[in-house]
Amino acid sequence: MRLLEYQGKELFDQYGIRIPRSHLANTIEEAKKGAKKIGIPLVLKSQLTVGGRGKAGAILKVKSDAELEPKFNELVHKEVKGELPRGILLEEMADIKQELYLSLFLNRSKRCYSLISSAEGGVEIESASNKVVVDIPIEGLTPQVAEDTATKLGLKGNAVVAFVDLTTKLSRFASEKEAELAEINPVAILGDGSMIALDAKVIIDDNAMFRHPELKKYEHVSELERQAEVSGFSLVELDGNIAIIGNGAGLVMSTLDLVVDAGGKAGAFLDFGGRATTETIYEALRVVSQIKNVKGILVNLFGGIVRTDLVAQGLLDAYKNNVITVPVFARISGAESERARQMLRGSRAKLYNTVEEAIQAAVAEVGRK
Amino acid sequence: MADFDIFDILVGNGDEKKPVIVQGITGSYGSTHTRLMKAYGTNIAAGVTPGKGGQSFEGIPVYNDMADAVRATGAQVSGIFVPAPFFLNAAIDALDAGIKLLVAIPEHVPISDSIKVIERAKTKGARMVGPNTAGVIVPEVMKVGIMPAQPFKRGNTVVFSRSGTLMYEVSFNLSNKGYGQRLCLGIGGDPINGTNLIEAFDLVRDRPDVDSVVVVGEIGGDAEEQLADYVVHTSFSKPVVAYIAGRAAPKEKRMGHAGAIVYGNYGSAESKVTNYAKAGVPVAKRPAEVPELLAQKMRK
Repeated sequence: MRLLEYQGKELFDQYGIRIPRSHLANTIEEAKKGAKKIGIPLVLKSQLTVGGRGKAGAILKVKSDAELEPKFNELVHKEVKGELPRGILLEEMADIKQELYLSLFLNRSKRCYSLISSAEGGVEIESASNKVVVDIPIEGLTPQVAEDTATKLGLKGNAVVAFVDLTTKLSRFASEKEAELAEINPVAILGDGSMIALDAKVIIDDNAMFRHPELKKYEHVSELERQAEVSGFSLVELDGNIAIIGNGAGLVMSTLDLVVDAGGKAGAFLDFGGRATTETIYEALRVVSQIKNVKGILVNLFGGIVRTDLVAQGLLDAYKNNVITVPVFARISGAESERARQMLRGSRAKLYNTVEEAIQAAVAEVGRK
Repeated sequence: MADFDIFDILVGNGDEKKPVIVQGITGSYGSTHTRLMKAYGTNIAAGVTPGKGGQSFEGIPVYNDMADAVRATGAQVSGIFVPAPFFLNAAIDALDAGIKLLVAIPEHVPISDSIKVIERAKTKGARMVGPNTAGVIVPEVMKVGIMPAQPFKRGNTVVFSRSGTLMYEVSFNLSNKGYGQRLCLGIGGDPINGTNLIEAFDLVRDRPDVDSVVVVGEIGGDAEEQLADYVVHTSFSKPVVAYIAGRAAPKEKRMGHAGAIVYGNYGSAESKVTNYAKAGVPVAKRPAEVPELLAQKMRK
């Protein structure tokens, strides 16, 4: 789960990590109230889960009272990479002497956290020079390691103390909340050497959410994603017109690649997991049929224990109850396929021997529209 | 790594029926697959379900904990079929009882739990496969996992796969073209794997009965990149062919598997294909192309 900046900062605050004075606003009235509290000049920051806000013009400075309303309205309606903001954060301007980059991320190959820091903050970490990378156990960072890192970064005096304090708190936060990523970019070093988190990018391990009821309030799923989750499906909505359904994430990804290779555009990715029954296929069809651009459905099922006649029954039921009206192109490898073929005769669902054939038919009929 | 001999643990020096314990044997998932594993030839010697010790399932004795089950059977292998929230305790119980190979089937295990289990396994000289894996199969001998039987035929190729269904699909294609398998092992779809690709390659690099390796990957992480590096730097001598799913997936979206997500270039299909190319590993465009590429590679 990717948290919004203000949510990450709320959690940082609970761990004693200093953040700027701020106020979340969804309406101009709330923004005016916030501006009174914080004082102008201030910064308006669009609350998005996609990166590259600064470059996209979704962070604006407000230097006078008159600028607040037009700039606030500009941001509220501004889409970045197809995403509208979920609120605008008003924040005080910090008196920055120096910026740092700081992040803890789960290192998949090394199976631990890596602490990455750089004396060059505010830029993308890929392009930062003089990165210091330290591997630390998931239980957390020791003050000694934090101090060594501060020295490597060239920090001195109060800044060393502030760095040790900040990183050990960030580490405790990441371990306790089971974050895959906790990034502060930039950390601002103020005139007195103290440090403040100007941004927050936090990703929580979805699979650990059952242990964190306190984070439940940050969950943000669409109605369709909610329906998919209830059924145990993985759904990713895409912008094309062929919905792809299958049993297994790898298989559905592979099918998506082949659809795109054949010149088609995928409208949905749906993995319904291990169980291919009449009910699961019916439910999967019901979910993808609600996506507006979908003009055809490609079903790719593989597995020795799949009963294709049961799947065919799910397809027939879905047509009968008008759950779906678009054509289905299916490759179903499993038992009873001859019977399934007979059952589907005369319906808008067709069975193919290979996934390549099913994709060709789907792209020819609906894919290029 | 060569000190961990997965073949010896699973099938001894040949086709031995080594005892296997199923944790979560009375659950709906565990019971279904216990029947299927038994039908395939796996020697399921015991099951464990806390609170159900003393009962039996299909003639298999059920114990309350792994210590009792291991004492009674001498098993070194356990298949874990419990729901994710109970995984950590089940896995630690198994390792502390002396299990050497844990096959961790559940999906949705928290990352920190996986790491704790891997760390404990290291101190015990044991190994985990998974979590979020379809399991391991020695075709026509035994299987510990949820894979169907039909796609697999005995032979000398090995398949390692981050995806379950693609392991079936690719193995099926290989079987149909005469490339049977000595072992198929599901790495798992999670960001953290008990046995990663490099460790998996180490399991077979010196095996005389393995003549080629097929590695089925997907977007996310840098396991394929690290593997490509390993193939070059350790002069891995057996022919290797790869497949990667997710070329057309959007960035920053989790594609069904917890581990299948691209951030920037980290985890992208292009990065993996480029690195494989440097290592001389051909990458199939579709699962059906894998046997053709393997045939070309083996002719060389």
